[in-house]
Amino acid sequence: MHEYPVTEQIIGIATKHGLDARASEVSVIHLVVGEQSGYIGESIQMYFDIISEGTLCEGARLDIKSVRPKLSCPSCGTLFERKPMSFACPKCGTDGAPTEIGKEFYIESIEVI
Amino acid sequence: MHDVNRISVMEDIHGENGRIAAEVNHSLTHKSAFAVNVMGAPGIGKTTVLLNIIERLAVLAPEVKPLVIEGDIASDIDTQTFRSLGIAASQINTFGACHLDAPQIHNAVNNIDFSSVGGSILFIENVGNLVCPAEFSIGEHVKLLICSVTEGSDKPYKYPLAFEKAGLILLNKVDLAPHLDFDEEFFMKGVRALNKSAPVIKVSGKTGEGFSEVAEVLLDMKSVALSSHSHSHSHSHE
Repeated sequence: MHEYPVTEQIIGIATKHGLDARASEVSVIHLVVGEQSGYIGESIQMYFDIISEGTLCEGARLDIKSVRPKLSCPSCGTLFERKPMSFACPKCGTDGAPTEIGKEFYIESIEVI
Repeated sequence: MHDVNRISVMEDIHGENGRIAAEVNHSLTHKSAFAVNVMGAPGIGKTTVLLNIIERLAVLAPEVKPLVIEGDIASDIDTQTFRSLGIAASQINTFGACHLDAPQIHNAVNNIDFSSVGGSILFIENVGNLVCPAEFSIGEHVKLLICSVTEGSDKPYKYPLAFEKAGLILLNKVDLAPHLDFDEEFFMKGVRALNKSAPVIKVSGKTGEGFSEVAEVLLDMKSVALSSHSHSHSHSHE
């Protein structure tokens, strides 16, 4: 349920940029959502349709680009997706360290009319 | 036919929370208050751990005032516990929300009396949850993660973000370890893959084991966090 407040933020940011561009309508919002950001695209969409009513973003389509988290191997430098219950690098077996890949949560761009 | 324009935005959706968190952190540092964001699953012993830490702080550093903000979905039972022991505690009810955020702390700290010769340690007990609290900065100086031998040794593998973000990790309920199959080696391997530097201290809320060390570590962290501030503060006036 914590998608509700962040959906309000998304509409706020998109509306501000739409107004700055003197748009009459925001038609598409391109979001980048890392899978480790803790947010679920479908839930954002559900709240979006309700909260955006009466705003510049009403009826806009959400285009969500999902990013899988990656670890970085401190020994061989490989960037890899972890297997469940393991952090081991698939190339050399060393435990990988967390990176910022997969934690993204931002509005990349909007399309306006 | 309407013209469609694509406008680059590149704006972090948590940006507003992050800005307010930075403001809260600055204001707390200025008031010599070291803020600890206390995270852990429901029933892990967050309140009991805090009571134990505060008891040790009273012995080791009586000049440091302990303060508590309790985040809870619906009750104030933990706040009443702290107050009954003479500890200043304030309540935030999130009414269903799964974590605290920076604007809530921004409002709460306005009503707290921070006056104390030795500064203060503000414990902010987050909503019991191992997922969402790790995603939101609330202006803390350190995130304290409480785990326990009863929840199993696989938690770093299942909830990596909480372990990655923690500055101090407690393994609670160690008095029960002889009765359980907690695999400490597997647990620590996961912790260290995610977090190379956070101290991990074994404690028992039941027996009091380990809490003197926790109190000492927090006092050291407080000195570092607040002294680097006074250092940079004095430079900024040069």
